[in-house]
Amino acid sequence: MYLRDFYGKAIARIFVTESTVKIMTKETSLEDRFQQYVDGENKVEPKDWMPEAYRKTLIRQISQHAHSEVVGMLPEANWITRAPSLRRKVALLAKVQDEAGHGLYLYSAAETLGADRMDLIKDLLSGKAKYSSIFNYPTPTWADMGAIGWLVDGAAIANQVMLCRTSYGPYARAMVRICKEESFHQRQGYEIMMTLARGSEAQKKMAQDALNRWWWPSLMMFGPTDDHSPNSAQSMKWKIKRKSNDELRQEFIDKTVPQAEFLGLRVPDDALRWNEERGHYDHGEIDWEEFYNVIKGNGPCNKQRMDARNKAHDAGAWVREAANAYAAKQAQKKQSSAA
Amino acid sequence: MSNKDNWKIWEIFIRSRNGLSHKHVGSLHAPDAEMAIKNARDVYTRRSEGISIWVVPSESITASSPDETEPLFTPADDKVYRHPTFYDIPDEIGHM
Repeated sequence: MYLRDFYGKAIARIFVTESTVKIMTKETSLEDRFQQYVDGENKVEPKDWMPEAYRKTLIRQISQHAHSEVVGMLPEANWITRAPSLRRKVALLAKVQDEAGHGLYLYSAAETLGADRMDLIKDLLSGKAKYSSIFNYPTPTWADMGAIGWLVDGAAIANQVMLCRTSYGPYARAMVRICKEESFHQRQGYEIMMTLARGSEAQKKMAQDALNRWWWPSLMMFGPTDDHSPNSAQSMKWKIKRKSNDELRQEFIDKTVPQAEFLGLRVPDDALRWNEERGHYDHGEIDWEEFYNVIKGNGPCNKQRMDARNKAHDAGAWVREAANAYAAKQAQKKQSSAA
Repeated sequence: MSNKDNWKIWEIFIRSRNGLSHKHVGSLHAPDAEMAIKNARDVYTRRSEGISIWVVPSESITASSPDETEPLFTPADDKVYRHPTFYDIPDEIGHM
């Protein structure tokens, strides 16, 4: 039996049984009961018993997701001051602000599992923690703002819609909130692409160039193919994930190709064609070497992103200190006026 | 950088409009209650989700344990006589 604090972090572990063998049996049966509970489409809440591996997997996944939202602000922040109109500027600003909010929802969800936010942030800043490899690509043109909203947010939405039904309650609730907000992100991106695609030759070229650069990295966002994704099976069994990487990727391609056709842009894949029999698009081989290379830290902007995050964190230290000092002073004032 | 910079956690409750109760929406970090309200405004009401905010330090909340679910809540399950449909009233009486 575990005793847990409010957030479900194990603070003590008491075994009523006498021998290790009995303890093992007890553990097994708890895990069986947990699996049955999850199989019955029930949600797991912070104080419920859960296998340690389930907890660890979730903390890793949710914190990586949070880090991705936070780092994901950087490629777009690059264009806020240079947005072509006030309309585009307020939209981009709101989108980047949403991403900060999404990061916060997710860190909160991770904390319900007993993680400490500052530890998670430290792991991001030291380079120990991972974030989505997509944010290590540069954003040299305004069309990249369109392509990111349309493709990157589109791919993220496919994943996040699935996660609205994840078995861990606080994660699922954060996802519902995020999905509601993400829909605006994708629409504003597609609108940018539409304006460019219907604009001058140079603008159309710019839109095509952005699609060329973001298409393949967007497909990589879903992760390795199912036969190379060793942790997927367990995550599916625990219903943390509800669909496999390849299923989600296919869903995204099927949805996105007609949208590209509508724009009059060409998806940069010679092997892409509709497969009547499967009822899906067939697509070309993804360059997994590039994917693993970017994950390892060798993408075009990995260093730049980490430097920017560290700089922002250090430069913001005085704000955190000032807020603490102010809170302490206010508390003291209150106390002395009460005395 | 130390974990003492990690402001304490607050649970946030939002009333979406008058006439409805405050509802739990999530949590956040803040150094004190006043700043928790300001942060909650930015984190949880960016799209007019509320008109009133409660902030409560997470550590102040005492929750029932999942281990007690059965003794606490199952006794109500077999008390069907607490529900109106348990009682037979002729149709001609109308709604009661």
